[in-house]
Amino acid sequence: MLQVAYGANLAVAGVDARVAPGAIVGVIGPNGSGKSSLLKAIAGVLRPHSGEILLGGAPIREQATRIAFVPQREEVNWDFPVTARDVVMMGRYRALGWLRWPGKADRERADAALERLGLGGLGHRHISQFSGGQQQRIFLARALVQEPRLVLLDEPFTGIDVQNRAIFHELIRAFADDGVTVLVATHDLDEVRETTSHVLCLNRDMVAFGPTPTTFTPANLRATFGGQVAVFEQVPIFERAP
Amino acid sequence: MSWLTEPLQYGFMQRAMMEVIIIGALCGLVGCFVVLRGLAFIGDALAHAVFPGVVLSYIAGQSIMIGAFVFGGMTALGIGILSRSRRVSEDSAIGVVFAAFFALGVVILSRQGGFNRDLGSLLFGNILGVSMDDVWITAVIGAIVAGILLALLKEFTLLAFDPTMARAAGYPVFALDVLLLLLVSATIVVSLQTVGNILILALIVTPPATARLLTDRLGRMMAASVLIASSCGVTGLYISYHAGTAAGATIVLTATAVFLLAVVFAPTHGLLSGYLQRRHGHHHAHHFHAAGEEVELS
Ligand SMILES: Nc1ncnc2c1ncn2[C@@H]1O[C@H](COP(=O)(O)OP(=O)(O)OP(=O)(O)O)[C@@H](O)[C@H]1O
Ligand SMILES: [Mg+2]
Repeated sequence: MLQVAYGANLAVAGVDARVAPGAIVGVIGPNGSGKSSLLKAIAGVLRPHSGEILLGGAPIREQATRIAFVPQREEVNWDFPVTARDVVMMGRYRALGWLRWPGKADRERADAALERLGLGGLGHRHISQFSGGQQQRIFLARALVQEPRLVLLDEPFTGIDVQNRAIFHELIRAFADDGVTVLVATHDLDEVRETTSHVLCLNRDMVAFGPTPTTFTPANLRATFGGQVAVFEQVPIFERAP
Repeated sequence: MSWLTEPLQYGFMQRAMMEVIIIGALCGLVGCFVVLRGLAFIGDALAHAVFPGVVLSYIAGQSIMIGAFVFGGMTALGIGILSRSRRVSEDSAIGVVFAAFFALGVVILSRQGGFNRDLGSLLFGNILGVSMDDVWITAVIGAIVAGILLALLKEFTLLAFDPTMARAAGYPVFALDVLLLLLVSATIVVSLQTVGNILILALIVTPPATARLLTDRLGRMMAASVLIASSCGVTGLYISYHAGTAAGATIVLTATAVFLLAVVFAPTHGLLSGYLQRRHGHHHAHHFHAAGEEVELS
């Protein structure tokens, strides 16, 4: 039973879940329900108050090099003097090890990752000179070159247009196809229904967890959000339309 | 020409020049990470907290660096531990404790005779009094600090840019943070003789802030910061010699003047270039929104 706390305040009161490799797990819940806290505990930024986190049967902290974390946009310092390619290259730092500098191969890899995310040839630009969706893609490119086993995404879909969404989905599926587990904290319920294989409903306690088709149900959503989800209730009406 | 050469006929000016070039380079380099990691406030606290150490070794007739190193090391560790405990009032705690340290130094010193004269040289530095030994010590410690910083450049950069990822990727974030504080602390300690406790932070923060206005690349920012800090040190020292003003304060004001010039005239980030872009670049701004991929902001 995993618990995450800030001082005496329990942000995540009890999560108990087993996720298979290659699963795409949507973590949903209202504001302040502990989504970011859960992701941060898995990333090792917060130490669990109780419980343990295992990856492939071993404590996750022992395999930290293989965890990619894509931060919430607001948490990034966009004034920092780095280019898009510099940021992507940071994904190679851990694999490079101490006292070694990224070489030509790493640069080419970074450029290839940027290319794949539709930012080819823009690697030399400062990170503030991209749009919001492009900035998100830079961080996805960084996760890509890290060759992770686990990717943590905190609200990647905020303020993202259709084209960017498509690129995101494609990449998330590519990760999953390679056996990489993806955890996405998001408020976008349509996104969850369309892209995830599993859903974790969180409201301090774990309300429900399981495969998306059986877990993403009106009853679970009501239990998670407390009757605030009008979006889902409207779906049958749309379906009746021609 | 003699404006430049005349001061250099004195041994004390030669030593001061060497000292100020080394200190400038060191502060300019380390300062980049103080600015990027958001440590300006903590740096100021460090500079004040080493003061009792300075006073004690002064009273004991030792090099002020010894006491300063002891207090600087302890303080760096203390701040590291304090900031680890994630207290909401971390900033105030640092402020309270280190203001008290500073006051303690002043109180100890005030028990001695000749209080005012000593206080002045300890608080504002006495660069014209540096010995050749001091220059050597500064050079050696500066080389060590710069060497460590450059060897761990990739880790310190990641930590400053994205501490969350650094932690997620399993870097020893706490150890790296304390190490960075120790490097800042050592930089402050060896620089005390040049500008003193009160003004040292200006020499650490102003050159990188200036350099940041001139470039968007970290490597260039570090190079520019080092150059700016050293040349402001030399220029300030010349001005203070000819104008008969206090050396440390003149150096700081020179750096401030260069910073203000950069604020106005810097190529992309300057006020002037911003104004010109707004006047002549309406269609550019429009382009930025319309063209999607073709973002060009210059
Ligand atoms: N740094 C912090 N210190 C203390 N409490 C915190 C901190 N960060 C979050 N909390 C608390 O923990 C709880 C969960 O917050 P968290 O950020 O994990 O929620 P979330 O589900 O990500 O919310 P959102 O949808 O708004 O992003 C909230 O009650 C919040 O007030
Ligand atoms: Mg959140």
